[in-house]
Amino acid sequence: MNLWKTYHNAQTVSDALQALAHAPGEACLIAGGTDLMLDLQQGNHPPVHTLVDVTAIPEMKALEIRGGEIFVGASVPHSKITKSKIVQDHANALAVACGLIGGPQVRNTATLGGNVGHALPAADGTIALTALDAEAEVASLEGCRRVPLEQLFAGPGKSTLDPRGELLVGFYVPLKESNQASVFKRIMRPQGVAIAILNTAVWLQRDNDIIADVHISMGPSGPVPRRLREIEDVLKGLVFSEESLNKGVAKVVEDANFRTSRHRSSKEYRYHMAGVLLVETLSMAWSAAQAAAGGES
Amino acid sequence: MINIWVNGKQHQLDQVPGETLADLLRKRLGLTGTKIGCEEAECGACTVLVDGDPVVSCTYPAARADGHEVVTIEGLAALTSPPSLQGTPSPLPNLGEERALHPLQEAFITHGAIQCGFCTPGQIMTAYALLEEQPNATSKEIRKALKDTLCRCAGYPSIENAILAAAESMRTGEPVVPPKIDLSSDPLKTIGDVNIRPDAVEKANGAALFTDDLVFEDMLFARVKRSEYPHAILKSLNVEKARALNGVVSVLTAEDIPGHNDHGLVIYDWPVLVGIGESVRYMGDAVAIVAAETEAIAKEALSLIKAEFNPLEVVDNPVRARQGDAPDLHESGNLLKHIKVRKGDVEEGFADADLVIEKTFFTQTTDHAFIEPECSIARPTEDGRMEIYVGSQIPYADRNQVARALGWPEKRVRVLGQLMGGGFGGKEDIAGQIHAALLADKTGRPVKLLFDRQESLLVHPKRHATQIKLKAGAKKDGRLTAVRSELYGDTGAYASLGEKVMGRATAHSSGPYELPHMRADCYAMYTNNPPAGAFRGFGALQGQFAIENMMDYIAEELEMDPVEIRRLNALQVGSTTNTGQILRESTGLMECIEKVDSEMRRLAKVDGYESPFSPHSAPGTSHLVRSWGFAVAYKNTGFGGGAPDKAGAEVELYADGTLEVRTSSAELGQGLVTVLQMVAAEEFALPPERVKVLVMDTDLTPDGGPTTASRQTYVTGNAARYAAKTLKEAITSTLAEKYDQPPNEIRFIEGLAQVNGHKVPLGDAVALMKAEGREPKVMYEYWAPETQPLGEGGDMHFAFSFAAQAVEVEVNTRTGEVSVPRVVVANDVGKALNPLGLQGQIEGGVVMGVGHALTENYIIEGGVPFTDRLARYRMPNITQTPEIISFIVEHPTEDGPYGAKGVGEIVSIPTIPAITNAIYNAIGVRINSLPVDQEVIVKALHDN
Repeated sequence: MNLWKTYHNAQTVSDALQALAHAPGEACLIAGGTDLMLDLQQGNHPPVHTLVDVTAIPEMKALEIRGGEIFVGASVPHSKITKSKIVQDHANALAVACGLIGGPQVRNTATLGGNVGHALPAADGTIALTALDAEAEVASLEGCRRVPLEQLFAGPGKSTLDPRGELLVGFYVPLKESNQASVFKRIMRPQGVAIAILNTAVWLQRDNDIIADVHISMGPSGPVPRRLREIEDVLKGLVFSEESLNKGVAKVVEDANFRTSRHRSSKEYRYHMAGVLLVETLSMAWSAAQAAAGGES
Repeated sequence: MINIWVNGKQHQLDQVPGETLADLLRKRLGLTGTKIGCEEAECGACTVLVDGDPVVSCTYPAARADGHEVVTIEGLAALTSPPSLQGTPSPLPNLGEERALHPLQEAFITHGAIQCGFCTPGQIMTAYALLEEQPNATSKEIRKALKDTLCRCAGYPSIENAILAAAESMRTGEPVVPPKIDLSSDPLKTIGDVNIRPDAVEKANGAALFTDDLVFEDMLFARVKRSEYPHAILKSLNVEKARALNGVVSVLTAEDIPGHNDHGLVIYDWPVLVGIGESVRYMGDAVAIVAAETEAIAKEALSLIKAEFNPLEVVDNPVRARQGDAPDLHESGNLLKHIKVRKGDVEEGFADADLVIEKTFFTQTTDHAFIEPECSIARPTEDGRMEIYVGSQIPYADRNQVARALGWPEKRVRVLGQLMGGGFGGKEDIAGQIHAALLADKTGRPVKLLFDRQESLLVHPKRHATQIKLKAGAKKDGRLTAVRSELYGDTGAYASLGEKVMGRATAHSSGPYELPHMRADCYAMYTNNPPAGAFRGFGALQGQFAIENMMDYIAEELEMDPVEIRRLNALQVGSTTNTGQILRESTGLMECIEKVDSEMRRLAKVDGYESPFSPHSAPGTSHLVRSWGFAVAYKNTGFGGGAPDKAGAEVELYADGTLEVRTSSAELGQGLVTVLQMVAAEEFALPPERVKVLVMDTDLTPDGGPTTASRQTYVTGNAARYAAKTLKEAITSTLAEKYDQPPNEIRFIEGLAQVNGHKVPLGDAVALMKAEGREPKVMYEYWAPETQPLGEGGDMHFAFSFAAQAVEVEVNTRTGEVSVPRVVVANDVGKALNPLGLQGQIEGGVVMGVGHALTENYIIEGGVPFTDRLARYRMPNITQTPEIISFIVEHPTEDGPYGAKGVGEIVSIPTIPAITNAIYNAIGVRINSLPVDQEVIVKALHDN
């Protein structure tokens, strides 16, 4: 009863897709494998015939600026993302989130593609990407397409991708202007399950004293990673002030759908902490963004 | 095909389905320096470098390493030892001439960063990768990099200091700077000075073998089929399909047991295998065992065993267990023991009090979470005996219980204790020893039974969850008049050491205080939770969590300083304890209090605060509130309570002038072997490296008794000391005769006997003694001073250790999160025999205390453990480790070796209530139930 029979180190995206499509039995993709290996070892995922490893595919290991965007390959490990100057400069929320996931050793293998592909509602990297308005590049044997991140999720742990026919190649994140900033913060519980009680990513554009635009994502505020657009709409166009922040906090109850997770957090604590995190992250992002594009802060 | 470079050597290997990198390294290449602690990517013990990056090899598919370069602990020494140091003699005495270690390995050794050694390879590899990337790594960066490389001995400060020292050596090319260690105030020649533990080098370079690293020819692999319910009758069991599986060699059930089908340390109440019609009493109960050609086949066979159960009502807490209508879990009922302490008349005490407070406290179940899971190998010998290779805290008890199940005389079984990757009390009971032996006996082949982490968490006894109702009375001036306690201890499905643990909880429930009236009743109850037994602190931890919180309640009501009320009531020489024992000596509590108090106040003053107990925040971070909390503790050394407490040790002189000390007492990382080496060296004035120590072999070493109750330094230390003294006297008399000199003219110095101007090598005495028909060895059985049973007054214990601690906490008032920046500790250890080992015990004790207060919780729901894997049991990591400021207090105890008493357990005890007291001082929220819950804090702050 081996956990897998064949291990295929794919060399190109199409090699991976071919292997996935034509494996003689159950087959699945493996990137860092930090979740999948545990699921296999602990019996939460049935043994498979073929594992298709995508961590050696050059295209999926790229991390670079392409035109007006950053491209982060789906197989780039978290440790590389968090240390990347490009990501730190343009997508700080992602850099911070990727520096908090797992431990240092896990971050050397765990990939952003795996984080998103698992479709968990409070995955740190996914929450950061969601607020950053990222798009995913999805490859199939028919070709590539770009998909807004939020469209990748069908439910808790359920991706909209075809498990035998599609794979995540990487993610595009817009470059940041100087009057924009993004931050990430989370709250953990020291006992029990080592998954964030709550995590929040904020992307914000500032126009002098005004919150010109804002994206907020919070996990787990629903069955899938999502933006809190009602809160965003309330905040957009307001002068940045305690009063404005409180208006945003007041919307948390309507926009976020928190639940109680056994031995992790009560619903009430989550709602309370959502307000705390929202104020902290908005304030941090506000300070990080300059008053106007190219101007003095 | 996998083309892989390991430690610079190329290997071309076939792909093996399902293989992890850890398995490839350990099983195919024999590189067992890489250890497996969890197979969950949680503990970091299996860390290796792939292309220079540290990764956890337990969850890394081996096939992915194709084309990559792997470095393991075995390959480290060859790497980047600064050229200026290569070939220079090592400063370590036991290293030989050539430098064979990387500076990191050397620094771990000299800094005392190695205890049990199981996590050491992972620590060193992770640190190596960090220093390659950041040669100037700061403490903060070290902590970040090592966050998920767990050390349960928890010598995190020493690990951090070792890495800093190694980094400096690597940068400068200078030798590793040794640490500053607090020595005994009155060091002898060897005792009281720094001595490197004898196993440190092999633990640093990956050569150290633990049980799972052993491979015997023709060895089978065992797995255990366990219960599916916390409480049920086993209705039927069908093992035929499992037996028929290709590769399965043997499947055994209860009816196959040749001897007794039960085991236990005090009461034989724990079935080896539950039979048809019998009860399973917890989820870890075994119903069948399998031996197969491979681990995978053994595991598959388990899924083919069909067991049917009739579920019964689950008794999931001790209060329910005592109710009349609760089902009886054992023939004797649910009460394991009702323990009583009686002193004076508490009603009179309460009537006399100006203030009476009553509170109920709760301490949670915790797991030892030693990084090395349990492993046993049983090997039948050609002469019809059975060898058991196992890391066990009580080798002779293992021998007894294995022999009993086999139906053999004890001497037919030989237990060969192996290096242990931590124990903390959790390796006293039987784990897989009996099952492995039964299968080995049946098949005639060696059988290895390795628990995976999930099985380890499920099966072995935990710390007793305890409910403690406490009522205390005090006069206006703070003097205690009476304490009444009622304890409910959850001893789980089987007795283990439950009666002893809860006895300690009961007797320690009024703290290290003198008071006229005390009444305690404890109900140690069977439940359907995992058994509870020994765990560092052994009940004294639970009892004193309650009283030390209570002392702060009282102090606040009386508007007294928390230190002052403890000073006023503290046990001193001449005090009578709650069990009627008069303390005649070695009661250093007051000095501990003074040392900690003045350092705490000094630190508070440096920070600009008059009272350490007032809340304060740094400017701009008003939601991060700090304060200090204070607590004290005492803990018995040895069994006490009238139990005979003895240990045997043998010391032998060899012709090469070396000595060997032999005892069955256990080395679990705590440093007993180092202490015994130092004791014999001291007595013979020999350099310690000329003393070898053999432990834990029931054929070759005399019985040192259980390694528990902080007793080994005292009892086996004494046995080794007296054996060495007696041997020295025998040698002296031989030499006196030979050279016709009075014995008192003969001196021993540095391996030479000085006799009337002659310098006779010590080893020469061996031939002389043998010529006289005498053996150059002495076995000494040391009997500790007699103690009295609880309830009979007199000396219940022959020694107590004492401690005081001040803990600084920082509470985030927005989120309720609590951290511990600093801890000031003082421990009265009698005499600091082995300062490097003592430092490890203090660091580890504090960190374990922090874990018990803030992170650790073994969660059970209706008898079913929610904590079924390590990812659900959070133990402190290096980032949660406080700065520890330590004072050693030495009030010698007359009968202890050189005045020493135990220190293994006491350190964790005051940390926990000091943290909860500090939280109250910071934010005004009382925590009476462990672990501290940040949600509770936020809610309380909100409600206030």
